[in-house]
Amino acid sequence: MTPVGEPATQEVLSLDDLNAAVGLRTGRKHVLAILVENKPGVLTRITGLFARRGFNIDTLAVGPTDDETVSRITLTLDGAVAPIDQVTKQLHKLVNVLKIRDLDPGEMLARELAMFKVSADGAARAEVMQICEIFRAKVVDVTKRSLVLEVTGTCDKVDAFEALVRPFGLIEMARTGEIAISRGRAET
Amino acid sequence: MRAVDALMECLKAEGVDVVFGLPGGANLPTYDAFYDAGIRHILVRHEAGGGHAAEGYAKATGKVGVSLGTSGPGATNLVTPICDAMMDSVPLVFLTGQVQTHLLGTDGFQEADTIGITMPIVKHSFMIRHPLEIPRTLHEAFHIARSGRPGPVVVDIPSDLSRADIPYEPVSDVHLPGYQPTTDGNQKQIRLAAKALANARRPVIYAGGGVVDAASELRELATADRFPVTCTLMGLGSFPAPHEQWLGMLGMHGTRTANYAMDEADLIVAIGARFDDRITGKISEFAPRAKFIHIDIDPAEISKNVPAHIPIVGDARNILPRLTTEYRALSADRSRLEEWWSRIATWQERHPLRYEDTDDGEIKPQYMIQALYEATGGAAIVTSDVGQHQMWAAQFYDFPMPRRWINSGGLGTMGFGLPAAMGAQVGCPDQTVVCIAGDGSVQMNMQELATCAQEGIPIKVFIMNNGYLGMVRQWQELFWDRRYSHVDMGQWPDFVKVADAYGATGMRLRDKDTLVRDMRAALATPGPVLVDVRVTREENTYPMIPAGQAARDMVG
Ligand SMILES: Cc1ncc(C[n+]2csc(CCOP(=O)(O)OP(=O)(O)O)c2C)c(N)n1
Ligand SMILES: [Mg+2]
Repeated sequence: MTPVGEPATQEVLSLDDLNAAVGLRTGRKHVLAILVENKPGVLTRITGLFARRGFNIDTLAVGPTDDETVSRITLTLDGAVAPIDQVTKQLHKLVNVLKIRDLDPGEMLARELAMFKVSADGAARAEVMQICEIFRAKVVDVTKRSLVLEVTGTCDKVDAFEALVRPFGLIEMARTGEIAISRGRAET
Repeated sequence: MRAVDALMECLKAEGVDVVFGLPGGANLPTYDAFYDAGIRHILVRHEAGGGHAAEGYAKATGKVGVSLGTSGPGATNLVTPICDAMMDSVPLVFLTGQVQTHLLGTDGFQEADTIGITMPIVKHSFMIRHPLEIPRTLHEAFHIARSGRPGPVVVDIPSDLSRADIPYEPVSDVHLPGYQPTTDGNQKQIRLAAKALANARRPVIYAGGGVVDAASELRELATADRFPVTCTLMGLGSFPAPHEQWLGMLGMHGTRTANYAMDEADLIVAIGARFDDRITGKISEFAPRAKFIHIDIDPAEISKNVPAHIPIVGDARNILPRLTTEYRALSADRSRLEEWWSRIATWQERHPLRYEDTDDGEIKPQYMIQALYEATGGAAIVTSDVGQHQMWAAQFYDFPMPRRWINSGGLGTMGFGLPAAMGAQVGCPDQTVVCIAGDGSVQMNMQELATCAQEGIPIKVFIMNNGYLGMVRQWQELFWDRRYSHVDMGQWPDFVKVADAYGATGMRLRDKDTLVRDMRAALATPGPVLVDVRVTREENTYPMIPAGQAARDMVG
């Protein structure tokens, strides 16, 4: 876009130079850190907004913050499907939403906790434990025919871990969805 | 003091002079307080009537309307007005009774999850959990309802909390850290917008309901050059009609001139408007050559439906004068718009709003509106219901100033007109308030005639009686092979008798030749009047952009 001159100058700005500011779809995954008032019904307002406007949530994690009147929601969504700009603007309209950060992928640390129950006996067991070691996963429960494994990491790492242990016989799994925080000294 | 007495003090502190409501078990304490609070309470006959009356009051006066209902069915009856107010950004506070706290969640008698039911259709809502919260919450509710983009706020009050004793201290400030609407437009953006305007050869100003309180600022901007202006259904009156720069309403039943101008524009300045599908039609073919300046107090409206090239978030009252100043400073060449105006003039000449009148004394619906315009001298506050009559009213009644045209735009709520007229009349006792009603719509809230009779609210309701759910019949005629499925309402009811039964004056008009005179007589009749005007049964509202089509595809 041509630079904007001082007012009252006669410099011509062609309308052709104007571009619509907003791309509707970014095409990448977004992690939103949302600070909300810790009041009844706030989560319902947020999930209701998503459902009503047809925005798809991939994962959602809610927890307390250092301030007991404030909760932190980490929400991940796919920018190829959801119009992120519109999502954050609509969220901002909720009176109980205090702050929203669309975390910069290069500048954030994201972690998810997952637990997998796999059937593993005999030789399989050793193999599973080897995978655990590579992923720094922990065995938190053992029976004759099963193991419960705990792993933390980015969503991608957990996905990779899941893909590797699944063939051994995945009985069930539980994942928290990601939480995230920005790198460095500055507050998210 | 009882919490409900504190509540009355808060209402007074907010400048509330009238509320519309209906009592029940869960709001008995509140009603006890109303007994001698010195605030006018109007007892409606259905909560929906009360809600729409509060809307009419708010739309006519610009003040916050207040409406009350009890728990359960009282609250669910308010759902339609709440949603209506949300869609049209009307500042309202709804006070609903709730069952006692120990019954919450037990499916107690008349328990409904009012907060849950209304969550998607409120600007905000509050559930009172402690009697001490009542005063502050009430002020927060008013603040949220009237500031930024206005809207409805629900306050749900369990009956045991409302009768509790609390120490009351007036609240002087509200603390809402998550709610800070932007009102000041960005100067750089305003400057850029001025430049864009100076370079536009085919500009159009497209103003919506968000501009009703910036009408003189809008006129200043428009007349800083010869910018053509069109308004949405919600914005009518914000630019004075008639006016040489006025193109008429745009959208599905807008003028051809307004829609063609949007279609060929190179720059569109949207002010307090939201690119609703009734405006854009087929969005991929909407204003294909235009760049957009979008001015709105709600950032979420910008680039929601149509991507903006120059977004400006803020209050039109703040932004428009600055934009006008910046524009004037550029001293743009006025002659650059001459070609555009001659193009517009061709459309205006070729496609004025028109209809085929008859000479057999039959009243054409369009003529009925023109007659009413003449009978009222164009000086009335006009409310309407939803349907063909609403569109004809919007087309054929010229509104010289804002807050004179009160209708349900976003939600399209049949039954809005009569109670809204009642509320507008209460808010503006010295004005003539007329309702242009549909014979179908009016039956949805006709019970409020009793309220008008009892309270001496002298609204004049003119029913455009075509015996049909006319707009639906029109769609069936045009798009469903004339298969008139369940749209014929025949001769029922006898509106003159209905008026009589309610203690209003009833009249029936069928004669075109005396219509204006008869309407004047109705307007001069004291008290509420219900006029049954018999019009051509099968007449279509034209022109029309069929749903999902483009401005170029206008028919009729
Ligand atoms: C509550 C409600 N129900 C249904 C509709 C759908 N609808 C839109 S216009 C219309 C016909 C209204 O008939 P009438 O009030 O007689 O107006 P006319 O179109 O005949 O002027 C209907 C049923 C609506 N808008 N609102
Ligand atoms: Mg009808």
